[in-house]
Amino acid sequence: MEFINTLVNGLNIGVIYAMIALGYTMVYGIAKMLNFAHGDIIMVGGYTIYVFCAMKAASSPAFFFVAIAMAVIVCTLLGVIVEKVAYKPLRGASPLAVLITAIGVSYLLQSLSQIIFKSATKFVSVPELGKVSIGAVSIKVSTIITLVVSIAVMISLSLFVKYSKTGRAMIAVSEDRGAAQLMGINVNSIITITFAIGSALAALAGLFYLLQSPYIYNTFGAMPGIKAFTAAVIGGIGSIPGAMLGSIVLGMIESICDSIAPIAPYKDAIEFSILIIILLVRPTGILGKKRREKV
Amino acid sequence: MSEYILETKNLGISFGGLKASQNVNLKIKEKQIYGLIGPNGAGKTTVFNMLTGVYLPTEGDFFLCGESLKGLHQEAINRKGIARTFQNIRLFNNMTVVRNVMVGLSNQPEYNCSLFDSFFRLPRHFRVEKAMRERAKEILDIFGLLDERNNLACNLPYGKQRKLEIARALATKPRLLLLDEPAAGMNQSETAELMDTIRLIRDKFDMTILLIEHDMKFVSGLCDEITVLNFGTMLATGTAEEVLRNPEVVRAYLGN
Repeated sequence: MEFINTLVNGLNIGVIYAMIALGYTMVYGIAKMLNFAHGDIIMVGGYTIYVFCAMKAASSPAFFFVAIAMAVIVCTLLGVIVEKVAYKPLRGASPLAVLITAIGVSYLLQSLSQIIFKSATKFVSVPELGKVSIGAVSIKVSTIITLVVSIAVMISLSLFVKYSKTGRAMIAVSEDRGAAQLMGINVNSIITITFAIGSALAALAGLFYLLQSPYIYNTFGAMPGIKAFTAAVIGGIGSIPGAMLGSIVLGMIESICDSIAPIAPYKDAIEFSILIIILLVRPTGILGKKRREKV
Repeated sequence: MSEYILETKNLGISFGGLKASQNVNLKIKEKQIYGLIGPNGAGKTTVFNMLTGVYLPTEGDFFLCGESLKGLHQEAINRKGIARTFQNIRLFNNMTVVRNVMVGLSNQPEYNCSLFDSFFRLPRHFRVEKAMRERAKEILDIFGLLDERNNLACNLPYGKQRKLEIARALATKPRLLLLDEPAAGMNQSETAELMDTIRLIRDKFDMTILLIEHDMKFVSGLCDEITVLNFGTMLATGTAEEVLRNPEVVRAYLGN
């Protein structure tokens, strides 16, 4: 039973990382940049849910759905605005300049949250969901919701990218931006859509974290952001299946570490060490593609 | 409506002090196959890059069916009706052949489909996808690529990659098709086949074609009119015979 618990836990952590890692990997693949402000979008999503839950007692579950919808809308808009204001003017600038800007945006969002919500940790009154027992195993309802929603989102995102006009345009832009543009694809709008999707997923990740532990603070998104980035790199950054696989792998490792008492405190160190090892053995990540040198 | 599909007026560009191209005056009529030739570094691809918005011309202007397109973005120029291929093939290598063509089809209004439709996979999404796939297959069929449609573009043999690039460009429904060295690296039989394909495109799509080529036999066999470029300017314009008889052209190619 211990084993099943560890497995479910690992999947739970993994799919949440995947929600975030997809944002990193899609933005990297299409806009060729690392958006280090991505983690803070999760935080904004979390605070949005906090604000709505505080406005009206969370006794009404219907209102909680409004809070979730608002979090998704706010994060999507924020992602698009950040891209337009901070990153778009740097199109064609050196990758380092874009990277520094992204870190700057991350600090900006954290500082703004500190000004608006102060630095004390806040309790978010999310609805109590309880547990269900299947045989001898009891699973939290929040875990089931997380798994079901995340997996559904991942499947529809994969289908969207693979079998839709916009998805194909996204892949085309990630393969050869110049050629895609000359085939009439508006690269700016594709990048905007990418940021919008990534940010909407980050809002969901914020929700799942709050369902697990209902506390919100300014650096709420920092650690999940870094972990998901690690997962994306392990899976092969730029690859969508890679981000999903890397996230599940990382979630499983985390859950296994958690289940073994003596090494549990070192789980972060272990996870990042595994990242280093994978990068040494396979620098492109598990599913990453090797760039062929052009002769 | 102008009588020319493409007209350039004193088109030119300089990079810093270097005039890569200047005083290019092309007049291309509907359904013409027009050749742009010249020694290496004569500025042929530079002209293509100006016509497709990759470079912003610093002098002159160019008109598609009488409408000036100078200063428009690359994707906007494509939507107005200029499509191109590349000297070094630039396909979407990790996409299948049919999807490469479907990317080219993206902008046509009849395949309009909102993000909402696609993400939630509503009926409209499936209708549009099916229509696009069918159209892409039709185009591939013309180029004899139908059987290869589910292969990755990077796994096609060289000659077929060239054809796929033309197919993808045609999918954007251009009024003017620019081909940058379409016969480069092809053997004689492939070149002969390509000439037939280009004529077929002209007749089947009522297409006007401007092409860059080195192979004189290819150009003189195919083109209605030719312009010779040298050092970024126009040396001569005329039919293949006229141009080849021009002493200046001979000097540019063979030296004094």
